[in-house]
Amino acid sequence: MSKIDITAAKYSGDRPTWKFFMSELKPKGKWLTPFNIISIPIMILGLILIVIRFWKGLGSITNLTQEVPWGLWIGFDVVTGVAFAGGAYVITFMVYILNMHKYHSIVRVVVLNGFLAYLFYAGALVLDLGRPWHVINPIIGNSFGTNSVLFLVAWHFLLYMIAQLIEFSPAVAEWLGARRALKILSGMTLVAVIFGITLSTLHQSGLGALYLMAKGKIHPLWYSEFIPILFFVSSIFAGLSMVIFEGSLSYKVFFQQISEKNQKSHHGIIHGLAKICALTMFAYFSLQVLIFIHGQNWSLLNTGMGRWFLLEMIGFVVVPMVLYFYSYRRNNIFLIKLASILTMLGIILNRLNVTIIGFNWDAAVRYVPSWMEIVVTLAVIFTEIWVFRWVVNRMPVLRELPFVVKKEKLITG
Amino acid sequence: MKIDRRLFFKVLGATGASVALGTSLKAAPRKQEEKEVEFYGVLYDSTRCVGCQTCEFSCAEAHGLPEPSGAPEAGVIRKINEKNRTVVNVYKTSRGDVFVKTQCMHCSQPACVAACLTQAMQKTKEGSVIWRGEKCMGCRYCMVSCPFDVPKFEYHSANPVIQKCTMCYDRLKEGKIPACVENCPNQALMFGTRRELIKEGHKRIVENPDQYVDYIYGEQEAGGTAFLYLSPVPFHELGFNTHIQKTSYPELSKGFLYSVPSIFVLLPPILLGIYDATKNKNKEEENE
Ligand code: SF4
Ligand code: SF4
Repeated sequence: MSKIDITAAKYSGDRPTWKFFMSELKPKGKWLTPFNIISIPIMILGLILIVIRFWKGLGSITNLTQEVPWGLWIGFDVVTGVAFAGGAYVITFMVYILNMHKYHSIVRVVVLNGFLAYLFYAGALVLDLGRPWHVINPIIGNSFGTNSVLFLVAWHFLLYMIAQLIEFSPAVAEWLGARRALKILSGMTLVAVIFGITLSTLHQSGLGALYLMAKGKIHPLWYSEFIPILFFVSSIFAGLSMVIFEGSLSYKVFFQQISEKNQKSHHGIIHGLAKICALTMFAYFSLQVLIFIHGQNWSLLNTGMGRWFLLEMIGFVVVPMVLYFYSYRRNNIFLIKLASILTMLGIILNRLNVTIIGFNWDAAVRYVPSWMEIVVTLAVIFTEIWVFRWVVNRMPVLRELPFVVKKEKLITG
Repeated sequence: MKIDRRLFFKVLGATGASVALGTSLKAAPRKQEEKEVEFYGVLYDSTRCVGCQTCEFSCAEAHGLPEPSGAPEAGVIRKINEKNRTVVNVYKTSRGDVFVKTQCMHCSQPACVAACLTQAMQKTKEGSVIWRGEKCMGCRYCMVSCPFDVPKFEYHSANPVIQKCTMCYDRLKEGKIPACVENCPNQALMFGTRRELIKEGHKRIVENPDQYVDYIYGEQEAGGTAFLYLSPVPFHELGFNTHIQKTSYPELSKGFLYSVPSIFVLLPPILLGIYDATKNKNKEEENE
């Protein structure tokens, strides 16, 4: 917050800054919505569990074992969460690099979502660290484990969050009415975008590369030297499906904030994204087939894990892919949304299969997450939604301020 | 149309910073073999082991760990854990009961060390792989990566440590040999440089071909390990993981790590080029 404080103090001149912030901190609208009634107790419970976890050790609330040292918090929160956050780099690529202006109206909300996802889901990593007081070691000092993939991923998370913050910062500047800052920050957008896309390419694949050394520990149907490429390609449609799904929700919840022009373009955007999803899923599926043939794992298909693999590939890759193609041709928004949900389930399944279900799959003691791990995960997700709602209700994320349009001409022109 | 010069330099600057990070990465995976060091190791001869557990007890004593519980029993596999750095098990084999001691293999190119992002795991020049608490952040990536599932984590502590055999690094520095080797009453364990031990192992196999299978486990496994095993029966009968690859595990992620600097150098200018091309195209369309 301190950074924003300074900008505000500098640029908002005539209003008393603290009063502005105090009023902005208060929630807007009704308190007793169903969402609040469900989320508040879970967030409080999650907080209590986190206190217990730091007090008594990871084993007190997680079911992690010596054979499966990374559980739900890494496999779902970090690995899956970051895949879903991939929408931000894909959309910024389309809008700023390919100059597809059609998608411009959703850039901000997608970037905000991406940033918060990294902040909270990658932040969940800290909960999982056994010795978090040393978390600073790989960032400063003489403890660079430079040939570690995790070192690379950690650094890229950090840098990418900075890039996303810069991409989003014009919205903050507008909220604070800081015109000069707005101009400077907007000028940095393209650089941040280029840097951000490069970082995303590397850490989306890097998350897969983390598991390269676990050869022999991951079920052969999910392990191949191409995990990084598979993770990268799937992050494209994972991210876009999230954009479709989340966009439809925001569209309903924040309807009154969206300008009439953008309401009209909403369907066009979803329609266009469906096509990209279908095409990248086709590429992904072809890759999976090639890798499968290359791996010569035919005999494994007739095992329990093999059927599980087929379910993932057919039920949650081929089916949503066909659905995307079909609904794109038919221009059926409802089916597109259905496809996006199936795709997201497939991504969850895939990431969990690599990180948890297929990891040391033959271990004597199976890891099943405890209810407390699930509650903490939900608490993290709810907190993220709370912050998202707070920001959307205040900053020009979905709505447009009159002078934005002019400024944007200035930047791209 | 030309790319705006200021913009170009900004991108260049950002790329430069990341290349600095990238090149340090590239320089990082130094080759262990290049430094002419002789790693120490331990040769374990299972035909001499009588399962007395002296190694277990002396290990616990030397490292201040609780006294080991249980004894080798056929059909029961005791595992190393966060309280035990080494255990001895017994296996019923085609040639009777055979004892096997388990501990960290001290790989020549350890996966755990390549995994560690804080350099808490370290391959010392003596050859032992040690863990340093003042650096470790408890991410447990070493456990994910170790092909032998060796590092163990204290899940029930607020200040957890990674427990693993260190080949008694502290004792090595004092000029002593590992506690288990020193105390073994039957000379089942032998300490020396890895090269000597491999020679010794082959000598024993050649002199007593009936007593041993012609294989030293650890000579090639995972690119070579400092703990080496002799056995009277094929190793799979003794519960060894015989699917361990013969090349080093860090090799598996090297390709990815090497590609990082080139992506950092190549991708930003490509993106900038595409940006420029599409920008002009859009302008032309507007003009038409
Ligand atoms: S056996 Fe595992 S813990 Fe021991 S050196 Fe090899 S990789 Fe590291
Ligand atoms: S748990 Fe500690 S020793 Fe193991 S990889 Fe992480 S930082 Fe390194």
